[in-house]
Amino acid sequence: MKSYMIIGQYVPGHSFIHRLDPRTKLMIIFTFVFIVFFANNLVSYSWLTLFAFAAVLLTQLRLGYIIKGITPVWFLIVFTLLLHIIVTKEGPILLEIGSFAIHQGGIERGLMISWRFMLLVLVTSLLTLTTAPMEITDALEMLLGPFKKLRIPVHELALMMSISLRFIPTLLDETEKISKAQASRGVDFRTGSMKSRIYAIVPLLVPLFISAFKRAEDLAMAMEARGYRGSEGRTKLRQLQFKRIDYITAIVYLAVMIMFLFLRQ
Amino acid sequence: MVAIEFRDVYFRYNEDTPWVLKNFNLKIESKETVAILGHNGSGKSTIAKLANGLLMPQAGEIFIDDRKITPTNVWEIRQKIGMVFQNPENQFVGTTVRDDVAFGLENRAIAREEMLRRIQESLQQVGMEAYENHEPHHLSGGQKQRVAIASVMAIHPQVLLLDEATAMLDPRGKKEILATVLSLKEQLAITTVMITHDLQEISIADRVIVMNKGAIFKDTTTDKLFNSHQELQSIGLTIPLSVQLAIELEQYGYPFSTYPLKQEELIETLWKSHLKM
Ligand SMILES: Nc1ncnc2c1ncn2[C@@H]1O[C@H](COP(=O)(O)OP(=O)(O)O)[C@@H](O)[C@H]1O
Ligand SMILES: [Mg+2]
Repeated sequence: MKSYMIIGQYVPGHSFIHRLDPRTKLMIIFTFVFIVFFANNLVSYSWLTLFAFAAVLLTQLRLGYIIKGITPVWFLIVFTLLLHIIVTKEGPILLEIGSFAIHQGGIERGLMISWRFMLLVLVTSLLTLTTAPMEITDALEMLLGPFKKLRIPVHELALMMSISLRFIPTLLDETEKISKAQASRGVDFRTGSMKSRIYAIVPLLVPLFISAFKRAEDLAMAMEARGYRGSEGRTKLRQLQFKRIDYITAIVYLAVMIMFLFLRQ
Repeated sequence: MVAIEFRDVYFRYNEDTPWVLKNFNLKIESKETVAILGHNGSGKSTIAKLANGLLMPQAGEIFIDDRKITPTNVWEIRQKIGMVFQNPENQFVGTTVRDDVAFGLENRAIAREEMLRRIQESLQQVGMEAYENHEPHHLSGGQKQRVAIASVMAIHPQVLLLDEATAMLDPRGKKEILATVLSLKEQLAITTVMITHDLQEISIADRVIVMNKGAIFKDTTTDKLFNSHQELQSIGLTIPLSVQLAIELEQYGYPFSTYPLKQEELIETLWKSHLKM
């Protein structure tokens, strides 16, 4: 129960990427996600791939571990590839089986799209692998700070996120406890048809929800007793500070992207 | 000075339910250590929440440090009276120990430098300074409750109010909390109110208030409490085994000056009493 996918699984460490300010990482990844869509030839794809692999190396994480972490997404990548091969009818025919034909354009398009997809997944997984969820929350709160003026409750959203993160282990423990309790009463979660397994979830979810609501009520009371009254007039213990490596990274990233503009057609 | 005063307080949760507190009066002097006892539903938590301004009485007045609680000053009052709740899990707000202690300080707009100093100070007071960066799910129940106490102490309150803070802990956790409360009492001149239904815990209190059906049933000192053991049993409190044994022994002619709350105390008194004979 306790092992979740490594997308979202933080690996503590002290590598270059680990030490970057989470805001730097967020901004780079956010812009990278857009930029990937502008790659349109082999050279520009290769350039971005080189960048991604350089980033992977800098995390000092084992490549196998990262690849394994994005396994759930492999399926989607392969699916995209196949879909394009089947659907696209452009360029010369490479292979013909009865009425079904594979075109060169299909292979090219499919490879490009899935390659793009893989780059996106790889780079975004680097964020969650090297940044503690709480750091991401802090970074989001600070980066989105200006939106408070538009009455977007940035602080409240960040607090909600941090409380959710804090209660994930608690709720997982509880799920395990309840599922054991229900299993000992004869509820079968593992065998039977899909329908009966879905029905078996109900006696798990109901007590879980009831207890989660009770927890929320208690927590709200405790927060009020400790003087919580919204974001106004609050100071913050957690602080983020851009350091030298952040400036260096920003400059290098900018250079890489300018180079990219020259390399694409 | 009076730390907490309830004056003719009436409180009920709903219009159509009976009064939980009816014409309730209570005075707790500054620097006293008071235990509030009573069976489930006798109104103990209601008293705590009223004292903290989490609930407002329908009639009557409540004073903290001689200041009446009103809707406008309730935030200041909460700075004077820190509260620890029963469930260790459900009052841990931060993702780490230090974030949790910081939460109350952030709410009060304490400057960051001061915050760092106070986090150190209050974690030391409860003996949790080595766990500053630990996450809650790596802590025991007793440790979480000690962090909850530290979070409250960081605000520098005048009153520490524990509402059955040990009820969900194992014997070791209970011991940890009692030792922590005792050492705080020695280090700082602080008013301590411990709500409990565990009669073992009253050993560190100077004064014991027994609640029954929303009214004070008995207001006495710790030593004298068990002189009226029959009455206590009649309102559904369980007398600790050591006290029960002492009461039985008395009928066989072994007098006790005070009833022992712990087994060791009982043994101590017994062998000494044998020496006297
Ligand atoms: N939130 C609530 N809503 C309605 N009734 C409540 C609520 N909390 C407590 N009560 C009732 O008030 C009475 C006193 O409860 P409480 O102060 O929690 O007692 P204690 O802490 O001594 O167990 C009980 O009869 C209880 O049922
Ligand atoms: Mg209670």
